[in-house]
Amino acid sequence: MLKGILADLRYVKRTPLTLMGLAGVLLLSIVAACATWIAPFPEDARGTTHIEAKFEPPSLSHLFGTDELGRDVFSRVIFGARISIVVGLFAIGLSLLIGVPLGVVAGYIGGRVDEVIMRITDVFLSFPPLLLAMAISVTLGPNLLNAMIAIAVAWWPWYTRILRAEAVSVRERAFVEAARAMGASPGRIILRHILPNCLAPLIVQASMDLGSIILTSAALSYLGLGAQPPTPEWGLMISTSRSFFLTHWWIVTFPGLAIFVAVLSFNLLGDGLREIMDPKVRRRMG
Amino acid sequence: MGVYSYIARRVMLSLIVLLGVSILTFLLTRVVPSKPEIRWVGPRATEEQIARAREELGLDKPLYVQYWKYITDFVRGNWGISIRTKQPVLRDILARLPASLELILASMILAVIVGLPLGILSAAKAGSTVDHLGRLLSIAGVALPSFWLGMILQLVFAKELGLLPLAERADMLVLLLNPLKHITGFYLFDSLVTGNFTVFVDALKHLVLPAVTLSTYPLGLCVRMTRASLLEVLGEDYIRTARAYGTREAKVLGKYALKNALGPVITVLALTFAYSLAATFLVESVFAWPGLGRYASEAIMTVDYPAIMGITILVAFTYIALNLLVDIVLALLDPRIRLG
Repeated sequence: MLKGILADLRYVKRTPLTLMGLAGVLLLSIVAACATWIAPFPEDARGTTHIEAKFEPPSLSHLFGTDELGRDVFSRVIFGARISIVVGLFAIGLSLLIGVPLGVVAGYIGGRVDEVIMRITDVFLSFPPLLLAMAISVTLGPNLLNAMIAIAVAWWPWYTRILRAEAVSVRERAFVEAARAMGASPGRIILRHILPNCLAPLIVQASMDLGSIILTSAALSYLGLGAQPPTPEWGLMISTSRSFFLTHWWIVTFPGLAIFVAVLSFNLLGDGLREIMDPKVRRRMG
Repeated sequence: MGVYSYIARRVMLSLIVLLGVSILTFLLTRVVPSKPEIRWVGPRATEEQIARAREELGLDKPLYVQYWKYITDFVRGNWGISIRTKQPVLRDILARLPASLELILASMILAVIVGLPLGILSAAKAGSTVDHLGRLLSIAGVALPSFWLGMILQLVFAKELGLLPLAERADMLVLLLNPLKHITGFYLFDSLVTGNFTVFVDALKHLVLPAVTLSTYPLGLCVRMTRASLLEVLGEDYIRTARAYGTREAKVLGKYALKNALGPVITVLALTFAYSLAATFLVESVFAWPGLGRYASEAIMTVDYPAIMGITILVAFTYIALNLLVDIVLALLDPRIRLG
């Protein structure tokens, strides 16, 4: 199965937009991993203030200028990449942890259990994800961990749906029947036969969702429900500097640009992967 | 299966989901918080207020009694008192709804006017540079943080170029000199029917930046769905037949393909309407737009629990109702749905 996915990746070369997305995601990962070495003023990301150097426009020493507390915006944006990636991965991981088992159970067992699980996903999908995440964040209390939990609670039903659809179609295939005839337990069939076949659509969806989740967590932080000061979270940076942006454009421009580039990269990559793994589309590309 | 039994089944399903939504919001309101009565009256409440809230919420009673009271209160329009405005939440929401609806409608119209032709063009020339640009735009539209885009537009068009107003729904002075008669609460509509053109032009100018900001998400989706749905239809046999008969490509596209491709586009747009209700939280707070969104973002900042929960339920109900409505309309129009 993994070999199949790797073979599919050959096609990435032929789609410029996917390549752009891949480059963006790689850049973001490198920046996040090496933030400590890239950022010229790593202490500013932790909240050290230099009030005497506030509102300095972009220059060679401060590429993105300084904010209302004299902190280097460039360094804070760099460290923001780390936060966004961690938030994205954590929220996706938690959603998968809830969504995947429920989807497999619903699809494989079917009947009453399937009906109940799918109605529950319907209920969660009746809320725009931002709204549900917001309501949960308010209930749990505003901090970054709760924001991640809130996003996961709003997101898991999508994975349940995908996994269920895949499990239903794989369940009837001959090799699953053969495994069952040979006396394989349901647990073994799910782990060895059903899950590996659901991997491709899951990877595609997860890479698209990483973008949306980064955007949602930035929006939550902007509303005051996610990261709290002085965390260098992109949405929060925009929120705390918004009273000054009309006179000092650089304070909000660069963190916003960072959100846009990050979300765009994940969306381009996910969208490209989806097209590549769809045999109908691939035939057209030759 | 007849169309009426299909509709009956969809209504039943929606009612079940509605019940589920009410249970979920009940859990978030009463069960998840450790001291719900404090959430309900705010952190600065007196002992007496807290005790009264506990009694009003019936927190000493068993859960099923609490849930029943929660539902009956809700149906009667008793959604609690806002901590911040001290007004009934439902009245607060209804007063601010027209401003938001005007903004959302404007953004949706914008999204369709720009997005539909772009999507069609993208599909008609699949694989070309135009198509790549269309796809880039559709993905970029969905990736833009609206609260940031709003600020950048303010910076460029209001502050630097001075072309459009910075924020609010209308100029205070203009409104003072030309009082607007409130009929629907939609400034554009009210000013037009009363012949108050000064306010109309002013309101229109104020609407441009927030509407553009709010439209990027539905615009991206509209391009994407139109393209995908049209490509799917273009691959079908009847299109090949039409082409084999020598029908002009414009007619194949515009008459035969588009008609069958619009269903999914309409569904997505209707659901985006409910999403926009949540997206206005961000956009309205940037543009000081006096609607539901700014009310919501202020409610969040002051932890105005009754207001937040009221809006949450309202948006979920809107979403379910729109979903049901679209399904019924499409079923009436397209026999494949109810038979399939």
